[in-house]
Amino acid sequence: MTAFILRRLAQSLLVLFVTSILVFGGLYLVGDPIEILVHPEADQIEKERARVALGLDKPVVEQYYLFLKGALTGNLGNSFVYAKPALEIIFERMPATMELAILAMVISVFLGIPLGLYAGLRPNSPFSRFIMTSSIVGFSLPTFWVGLLLILFFAVNLGWLPSTGRGPTTDVFGLQLSIFSWEGLKYAFLPALNLALLKLALIIRLTRAQTREQGLLDYIKFARAKGLKSSRVVGVHLLKNILIPLVTVIGLELGSVIAYAIVTETIFAWPGMGKLVIDSIFQLDRPVVVAYLLVVVAMYIIINLVVDILYSLLDPRVRIAEQH
Amino acid sequence: MSQAITPVVKVQTPFKRICSQFAESPVAMVGLVMLVVVMFTALFAPWISPQNPYDLASLDLMDARLAPGEKGLNGQTYLLGTDGQGRDMVSAIFYGLRVSLYVGLTSGIIALVIGSVLGVLAAHLGGRFEQVIMRLVDIQLGFPAILVALVLLAVLGKGVDKIIIALVSVQWAYYARTARSAALVERGKEYVEAARSLGLKGSRIVLRHLLPNAMAPLIVVGTVQVAHAIALEATLSFLGLGLPATEPSLGLLISNGYEYLLSGKYWISVYPGIALLLTILAINLVGDQMRDILNPRLSR
Amino acid sequence: MSALLTVKGLRTEFATRDGILPAVADVSFDLKRGEVLGLVGESGSGKSVTGFSIMGLVDAPGKIASGSIVFDGQELVGADDETLRRLRGRRIAMIFQDPMMTLNPVLTVETQMIETVLAHESVRRAVARERCVEVLGKVGIASPSERLGQYPHQFSGGMRQRVAIAIAMLHKPDLIIADEPTTALDVTVQGQILYEMQQLVSQSGTALIWITHDLAVVAGLADRIAVMYAGRIVEQGPAEDVLSDPTHPYTRGLLDSVPATTTPGQRLRQIPGSTPSIMQLGAGCAFEARCSHVTAACAVMPDMVKIGSRTTRCWNPIVQQPSTASSESAA
Repeated sequence: MTAFILRRLAQSLLVLFVTSILVFGGLYLVGDPIEILVHPEADQIEKERARVALGLDKPVVEQYYLFLKGALTGNLGNSFVYAKPALEIIFERMPATMELAILAMVISVFLGIPLGLYAGLRPNSPFSRFIMTSSIVGFSLPTFWVGLLLILFFAVNLGWLPSTGRGPTTDVFGLQLSIFSWEGLKYAFLPALNLALLKLALIIRLTRAQTREQGLLDYIKFARAKGLKSSRVVGVHLLKNILIPLVTVIGLELGSVIAYAIVTETIFAWPGMGKLVIDSIFQLDRPVVVAYLLVVVAMYIIINLVVDILYSLLDPRVRIAEQH
Repeated sequence: MSQAITPVVKVQTPFKRICSQFAESPVAMVGLVMLVVVMFTALFAPWISPQNPYDLASLDLMDARLAPGEKGLNGQTYLLGTDGQGRDMVSAIFYGLRVSLYVGLTSGIIALVIGSVLGVLAAHLGGRFEQVIMRLVDIQLGFPAILVALVLLAVLGKGVDKIIIALVSVQWAYYARTARSAALVERGKEYVEAARSLGLKGSRIVLRHLLPNAMAPLIVVGTVQVAHAIALEATLSFLGLGLPATEPSLGLLISNGYEYLLSGKYWISVYPGIALLLTILAINLVGDQMRDILNPRLSR
Repeated sequence: MSALLTVKGLRTEFATRDGILPAVADVSFDLKRGEVLGLVGESGSGKSVTGFSIMGLVDAPGKIASGSIVFDGQELVGADDETLRRLRGRRIAMIFQDPMMTLNPVLTVETQMIETVLAHESVRRAVARERCVEVLGKVGIASPSERLGQYPHQFSGGMRQRVAIAIAMLHKPDLIIADEPTTALDVTVQGQILYEMQQLVSQSGTALIWITHDLAVVAGLADRIAVMYAGRIVEQGPAEDVLSDPTHPYTRGLLDSVPATTTPGQRLRQIPGSTPSIMQLGAGCAFEARCSHVTAACAVMPDMVKIGSRTTRCWNPIVQQPSTASSESAA
């Protein structure tokens, strides 16, 4: 087990390293940040001064080397725009994104699994057909457009919920989170729902497919032959087998939700990491973009690792080798 | 008591079987019809649009932001209203559909070709080649697509070709993985071993056997991927990356309308969105049915 | 003494794309308490579906179309789900063919055994566990208490089947239906399991329906044998009589094709032709195309006729000359 983890860590570091090179190099080609940051009427001397101050006068390889040195001590450079450490800015905004992402996943899992189970167990009932058709529609909806519609409908037309922004935050274990208060939840609900819709459709479809597949297997028939109640056959026997592949997918989707938050945060003006990175791209705030990508990739890697470990814990066939 | 059973023995070619199984689902048929309509519209957009929305001379700013059904200065009724520059929404949507489909399909096909070739070769050649390719695939698939595309476009800039490149690089890995799995399954089958022991050339095995058998899962992956590509392109355009304003896809149209949303001029964003939704939905409906038909484990 | 199980005119159909498939077309038999019935037939003969029908476990698109199954005075066809559920596992138990597929791979054996106990009796967990340990020991599993906590994949094939048998015996059922329980096992293990089941069943007085395609397997085990072909029973009777003196051409063919009955060097005998697809059957006897006794009468489905101790579905049954020893006593 430890060898496995060590190997994965080594692989992950390699991936992070390669990513940093690609991103750093790529962004270098994009343009000259100075043009954007400095007052257009500044003269050459001021521009040069700004360039030196930000270290942009050095050759790119040297810039990268300095960056790498800093990265190893946890310093990913200072934002060109905010003049603060890029990492610090990202971590400031991370709780906002995370609470949105987790709320979205919670919605999609707790709605999706039961609906998918039902659709798989009674595939021909009208409600099941309705669920399946809606899930295809949900799957096909462009997230950003749905966000617009949600704002239009609930905020502009009905006025039930605020259209943009984040609600008041409370201190939870040192993090500023907004979802633990009713006010905060009102602001968080629409963007979370927006993110959740796509994942909801996915989870419903996956659960249904798994239910149909597993439901045909002999062990289900045997469980019924033993005289077990239907609730136990489905709730224990079927569910436990379905959860194994499902957990893997849910974990991976969490990563995807964190990335897709970029879009939702832009639409709902939610002050998370996503909005930050979009703004930074347009402002050519290179350190922030690099820091964001590295952080997200790192999160992705951690999630993947956790999912793999969970899988081997959940499936006894993997956990315990065969002994005859 | 003897019963009379009418022996029913139907013999069908695989193609006919697929067609008849497809026709069993009314929902899938609706999807197919929608798809045909969408493709027809996209193909013939220049001929069936009431107006060419990119001919600046034909636009009149006085006609801007008209609600659906209102008449313009020249007496023309704008069925779906006009946008901020006075463009007829119907025409804008038709043209936008064209661009969206073009980008989605082109990137899908290129990714399919690149991905399947690499995947099948990986399965056939094995060894270091396979390891390298599959490692690349794993890394690629480990990244959220939107981030990869985002960074690529930030670097490459705007343009139809650039967004196609971005979309291809995000999609090829799915095709490669599917093609390799399918090819490996075939390769494990005995008739391939038999062919090998007869001394058949490698290329013949690949072309005549491995590739055709990978087709079914590739088609299924393909439909999902094309739908994703179209959605991804729309998202990227909405964020302001990728397509230039001169060739707007549906995503860009929606983005243009965003600023008018809060003042109630919904039609500039909503209608292109509906067009986008219907397109993606049609592809998914068709693809879904294909997947059910081609899935051996759920054989009816 | 009234029969434990009476099946009359059972017909189970499956709705397929190509039409209605009568997997079980017309099956009738009685089973007394403690009796062992060998239900023999090739794949597609409907023997497994008969077993499932008795348990009420025929899944859609199949259903019992007509007929009656009376268990200990209670009609099972048309009974509600809860009634059937209470019978399953407690008074009628089933053992399946492949134990790897029948035991849930992600639950411990303990969970799967204790839940069976608790599904029908409210006892304390510890009591239930004790019972499980005891039964596991009876079926020949060493250190049962430890092995309870293990997962199915940690057992060998034969062991897994013993676990399945143990589960079946938990509530001391009146009837066990075993659907090809030894087919998936090694030959040596097969023999062991057969022997052990025989012991268990005779000790506890449980009735047993042993479903198999292999006549040899039930030869020593069964009291009575019923041979199925294309959804119908074609011959039924006491085991010795059916095996030594079959009256139906199909049974004769089955016995002849067993390699042990031919002398080395001779050609193996086989029944000509192949099993018909049930969808393609006409109105006559299903065995018509492959039978050596066929006459014009065979164009109509034969009724069951009584010959000696047996019943046979044939217009031209094989009747032995009086000089051969065959029991004339009524069944």
